[in-house]
Amino acid sequence: MAFNSAVITFPGSNCDRDMAVALEKVSGTAPHRVWHGDSDLPAGLDFIAVPGGFSYGDYLRCGAIASRSPIMQAVIAAAEKGVPVLGVCNGFQVLTESGLLPGALLRNAGLNFVCREVGLEVVNAQSLFTSAYEAGQVVRIPVAHHDGNYFADEDTLNRLEGEGRVAFRYAEEVNGSARAIAGVLNDAGNVLGMMPHPERAIEATHGGTDGRGLFESAIRGLVGA
Amino acid sequence: MKVRVHVSLKPGVLDPQGRAIHHSLEGLGFSGVNDVRAGRLFELDVAESTTDEALDDMCRKLLANMVIENYRIEKVAA
Repeated sequence: MAFNSAVITFPGSNCDRDMAVALEKVSGTAPHRVWHGDSDLPAGLDFIAVPGGFSYGDYLRCGAIASRSPIMQAVIAAAEKGVPVLGVCNGFQVLTESGLLPGALLRNAGLNFVCREVGLEVVNAQSLFTSAYEAGQVVRIPVAHHDGNYFADEDTLNRLEGEGRVAFRYAEEVNGSARAIAGVLNDAGNVLGMMPHPERAIEATHGGTDGRGLFESAIRGLVGA
Repeated sequence: MKVRVHVSLKPGVLDPQGRAIHHSLEGLGFSGVNDVRAGRLFELDVAESTTDEALDDMCRKLLANMVIENYRIEKVAA
């Protein structure tokens, strides 16, 4: 059974092609490419990816304008019906701005744009997106962001940790994120937002393949091994 | 009708930009600056019939991120 996925492109997205290539490499099926102005998603999607970049030039707040675009209303509706949604980097910012994920991404505590490979601890290895990893495993995935400093109030942070909704934590200091959170799941577990870029660690020529596990997890969970 | 919307970070939310501005002011030799918080100002020109509820809605749905920010609406006399 083919893996039916879609990658959303906003004006200013720049990781949409990398995401599409990663999905095709790992699943064997090219994803649909969907433009921000569309108001409908292709039918019967197994997976939606909201990629990184600088949607709408990061105007107002990172991800704010994109989260109010026509296609995001369809993505929100699909997520609420249980369709898996992955948001990476700017995609994570779009998902928090849209209300699909709690919290917000603030300017990096050190104010610098951080662009390097970082160690990431897999905190929850039982989610739809992380089952190919081991809990506690440290993987190497690149980050490239200016606003990745995860913020939520204490009650929300406690709830996220208590409910196993912290998917990934930085294994080193990166951006000042509360409790070193790098990726969070929604309540139902079908939406993941993360600042690091798994789609940039798919082939040996990328310098590592630790990102494959995320896509393999989702594909295995959705269409069987 | 001219409306100003002031958006500021909630107390307790780290403001690295405000901190950098603070450092810069100190670097320029200004003493006695205890803290700096950066925010945003929006100037809106809206129809006279625009209700307070609609202005509130604009702030909550777009101009401010209620997870991290507060807003204040100021109507400016013509």
